Amino acid sequence: MTSKEAILGAIKKNKPAASPLPDLLKFSDETNLIERYEKGLTGNGGKLQVVDTLEELDAFVKENYTNDQLIASLVDEVNGNVDVSKISNPHDLEHVELAILNGELGVSENGAIWMPENNVVHRVLPFIAQHLIIVIREETLLTNMHQAYEKVNVADGGYGVFIAGPSKTADIEQSLVIGAHGPRSLTVFLVKK
Amino acid sequence: MKLKTHAEEAAEFIKDDARTHWHDDTLWHVRSNRDRSAQGIPEWETLRDTASATKDYVLSHIDELLEQFEANAKANGVEVLWAKDGKEHNQHVYRILQENKVKNIVKSKSILTEECGLNHYLEKKGYDVVDTDLGERIIQFAKQTPSHIVLPAIHLKKQDIGDIFHNHIGTKAGASDPNYLTEAARQHLRKKFVQANAAITGVNFGIAETGGFVVCTNEGNADMGTHLADVHIACMGIEKLIPRAADLGVFLRLLARSATGQSITNYSSHFHRPAEGKKLYIILVDNGRTDQLGREDFKNSLKCIRCGACMNTCPIYRRSGGHSYNYTVPGPIGSILSPGRDLKKYSSLPFASTLCGSCSDVCPVKINIHEQLYKWRQVIAENTDMDRSKKLSMKVAGMTFGKPVLYDLAGKVARTALKITPKSLVYSSINVWGRHRDLPEVPKESFKEWYKKNRKQ
Ligand code: SF4
Repeated sequence: MTSKEAILGAIKKNKPAASPLPDLLKFSDETNLIERYEKGLTGNGGKLQVVDTLEELDAFVKENYTNDQLIASLVDEVNGNVDVSKISNPHDLEHVELAILNGELGVSENGAIWMPENNVVHRVLPFIAQHLIIVIREETLLTNMHQAYEKVNVADGGYGVFIAGPSKTADIEQSLVIGAHGPRSLTVFLVKK
Repeated sequence: MKLKTHAEEAAEFIKDDARTHWHDDTLWHVRSNRDRSAQGIPEWETLRDTASATKDYVLSHIDELLEQFEANAKANGVEVLWAKDGKEHNQHVYRILQENKVKNIVKSKSILTEECGLNHYLEKKGYDVVDTDLGERIIQFAKQTPSHIVLPAIHLKKQDIGDIFHNHIGTKAGASDPNYLTEAARQHLRKKFVQANAAITGVNFGIAETGGFVVCTNEGNADMGTHLADVHIACMGIEKLIPRAADLGVFLRLLARSATGQSITNYSSHFHRPAEGKKLYIILVDNGRTDQLGREDFKNSLKCIRCGACMNTCPIYRRSGGHSYNYTVPGPIGSILSPGRDLKKYSSLPFASTLCGSCSDVCPVKINIHEQLYKWRQVIAENTDMDRSKKLSMKVAGMTFGKPVLYDLAGKVARTALKITPKSLVYSSINVWGRHRDLPEVPKESFKEWYKKNRKQ
């Protein structure tokens, strides 16, 4: 008997009487989504910039980063100096200072942004960069995680992640430290309608 | 050798009075964060009910769900393996590492691999396994085990961690600033990530509907490891399944809030297919879970999503430390899971509880933790040669709880007795718990008496 057969056999013998599968939950939409989103994001250590156009993002990058720092941008409105599509080995991203990515949607209750594999090209990019900027559009803002899973097919790509803040830890006496292994900062640029 | 009881183990921890208080306060603080966070969600109780009912469905269909999960995962290009116990799990991991000629391994926090003793097993085979969760790395350096499932190094002070890092990664002697220490760990671990050929992770949720799984971290260490290495091995207890991807809406809302009070972990990663040219393996582990499924009174413990809330709230855990339980999962839920593995060895754990019910109150999947602890006490009383005084007091407790009149009377007697009991008796060497405790102020009347007098007509 294989281990699979043994385990399934033991389950058949031991499992309780059938219980019904509950319906999926739905809750009504909230208002003030931007305000709520900001609260969610900053609670996790991220920062929000609400902008009218992405020119403001471009200006922000020019102001805060120099040309000798490696910048990988997958947002059309901003030019980086690392062409991610030409990189075949993810280890070559080790020294990226800033990654700029497009997020699919934002969740107000907790600041999370859905980031499918297609939007990052290399799965490691949003983690290995020293700093991270994500662009989301106001019209993609949702109230809660239930709505997010209604919108997203998580099995579409090979990988996808909800990013809700920068890399952080509180493993040393519960003191919050931002920048454990991954990005030392997350700034979300939210483009108004 | 006689096994030490929980009380004996705890005696070690509480020798340092200041540290005991600090541990207690720290965890209470985490519990308070959880309360604030839960209170911010009006539908909190609906979420808990739904999570619990969803897990009821899972437990009663787990064979079908596992087969569905396996078929979908395979179709996605994932290799699925089954393991009856920890030993077989470790053998699978070893074979995969050999087949892929792996030299360097990074691991992100997984309670299951702890349960299976994987690190120890692989180290004996000559592998260097690097735990990458900061808390886990700290205790790995210190050659300890985690004392908490979410906060593995919660028992250590920053000065302890400063000393550990000074010895292992050369930080300045006496340094204890968390920012400085975390930065040093970042530099140290980045090197390990870049060198690794294989990454081992746990699984928070396996999705039957899609054959994928979710891993939650705040540090992003699971992602740094898996996306850089060529081989990803995900180790998953069979009870971690959920039926549909959309069920994650409920579980992700509950998990981090129950654990630390944050609204969600900063990274919730969904893995479905290996990246091009890479390999992804999932090991489905039983290791006693199917036995627990057959125990009518205890099967609910399999709903646990390992948030740690029951530990943070437990008055015994907070004052005795995780190591005093001597089991991978400490605290109230660990005290339910462990007797099922070895009734004799863990027979003192179900007694490491005040049965106050706080654990059941905070549990996001509504496991009746304190009731199960009480049930284990009865099983243990029947099946082991537990010491006579405990047996007797259990009998009396059973009788008293069963008869309301007796219960009321006992309360009255106790209120008087507590008042007149000399301290020398309470703090005698016979009473293990009394040694470090003061008596409560005795209420003049019971709540029932008070209620009768004061209720509004
Ligand atoms: S038993 Fe409940 S409270 Fe305790 S760790 Fe598991 S899910 Fe969390």
